[in-house]
Amino acid sequence: MQEREAWRLSGSVALRPEPFGALAYDFHTRRLSFLKTPRLVDVVRRLGDSNDVGTALTAAEVPDAERPSYLAALTTLASGGLLEER
Amino acid sequence: MTLVPARPATRPERPSTGPLIDQFEFGLDAPICLTWELTYACNLACVHCLSSSGRRDPRELTTEECKALIDEFERMQIFYVNIGGGEPTVRPDFWELLDYAVEHHVGVKFSTNGFRITPERAEQLAATDYVDVQVSLDGATPEVNDPIRGLGTYDAAMRAMANLQAAGMTDFKLSVVCTRHNIGQLDEFKAIADRYGAQLRLTRLRPSGRGADVWQDLHPLPEQQRELYDWLVANGDRVLTGDSFFHLSAYGEALPGLNLCGAGRVVCLVDPVGDVYACPFAIHDQFLAGNVRSPGGFDEVWKHSALFEDLRSPQTGGACTQCSAFDACRGGCMAAKFFTGLPLDGPDPECVKGNSAAALAGERVLPGSSQDHSHAGPVRNQPVPLTLLTRRPDQPVARPVSACDASPVAGLSAGPSADRPG
Ligand code: SF4
Ligand code: SF4
Repeated sequence: MQEREAWRLSGSVALRPEPFGALAYDFHTRRLSFLKTPRLVDVVRRLGDSNDVGTALTAAEVPDAERPSYLAALTTLASGGLLEER
Repeated sequence: MTLVPARPATRPERPSTGPLIDQFEFGLDAPICLTWELTYACNLACVHCLSSSGRRDPRELTTEECKALIDEFERMQIFYVNIGGGEPTVRPDFWELLDYAVEHHVGVKFSTNGFRITPERAEQLAATDYVDVQVSLDGATPEVNDPIRGLGTYDAAMRAMANLQAAGMTDFKLSVVCTRHNIGQLDEFKAIADRYGAQLRLTRLRPSGRGADVWQDLHPLPEQQRELYDWLVANGDRVLTGDSFFHLSAYGEALPGLNLCGAGRVVCLVDPVGDVYACPFAIHDQFLAGNVRSPGGFDEVWKHSALFEDLRSPQTGGACTQCSAFDACRGGCMAAKFFTGLPLDGPDPECVKGNSAAALAGERVLPGSSQDHSHAGPVRNQPVPLTLLTRRPDQPVARPVSACDASPVAGLSAGPSADRPG
């Protein structure tokens, strides 16, 4: 995933906040995944309304040094179908 | 006997990062593996029924109460529930409740013995992504299955799977409780599942409900436990286990899954009369947290019951914490210990290191059951137990099944790098 691409949470996926982050459930595939930090949840929630991924990372105040690992996490979520490109 | 294993005197703080298992130990805002037994009524009488089902309880939740509970699950974002019983399809409003759950974004996986999965019902089930079905079978041949589940139950399960397959349903579950008599059939079970396009799910026989009466004779022998472990290691990715067998992780390599007793932390049971227990295998007053009919409903029981709060901290004491395998095995299954009269902070009755042998051989007081809905007389498909089943002659033989899912991680995928940040 690139910072200038535009993504959003897939329509079949719901997030449930939890103390550690969130559960993500895909009603189509019946797969449950975990978002392991509140900040990652914040990024994911912002994706749909941000111009691109980079804007969402900035808005969620992801430190520069951690941007690559957040992009990697988002890529994994995307490959599992939890995120969709728009 | 202490109710829960030794815990620190003051509750430790939940860590803010770290492995999920540490987070789960402290509990979640809502369960991820909620089993809802809709009825104690069952058309069968399986010998090992974990909920001692058979007869309907007159206090059963009404249709309206069930719908209100589904509304509450929706509010709590409980994304799916495992429905069992009894045989849930026996409830006349079962299909109505299924539709209601789906409309309210509560996915359903329900367990059935298959008798009522007609071609028409199979079509209906295949039509939505929100519903998954789990057909119970405890032998890969009628000779092994029917003495446990009842005459004709093997054929009924096969028919149900054929109907589901013909309707285009894929990846439904074939659910097997592992016993002394079917450990040698694991490859055959896999072949049956493959033949119907189903996924094989193996779970552990626990001494719960009527299972307590037959556990001694049916639980896998020590060398069979090893066979099962080796089979799971070899086939791990392609079978589901509901995280049932984490006590076997003490053999070496940990099995896939969370390896944690989820009772009251991520797992719970709502029974047909609305009682909330820590786990479907722990239907006993000792593990009763409250009732959904009380003020505050299920939400209140889940979040604030004294029992669940007590269960939500890491175990710090007991013999198992000294064991080299403790990280993988965590002392095994709380319900298995409880119903065999073993201390809850000691080893599992099937401890693979043999550390429970002495306690099992010594004086034990079995807690017995605090509810029994078994049929009072014989039923049509009465299982005819093999000679290997010993039964107290004063006990009516009558038992249905609800294979249920006590798994903290059934069907979970942990999204490996979604794991990462932090
Ligand atoms: S089945 Fe046993 S190990 Fe699993 S949640 Fe229930 S008590 Fe815990
Ligand atoms: S002693 Fe306890 S932790 Fe060790 S293998 Fe046995 S049950 Fe597991």
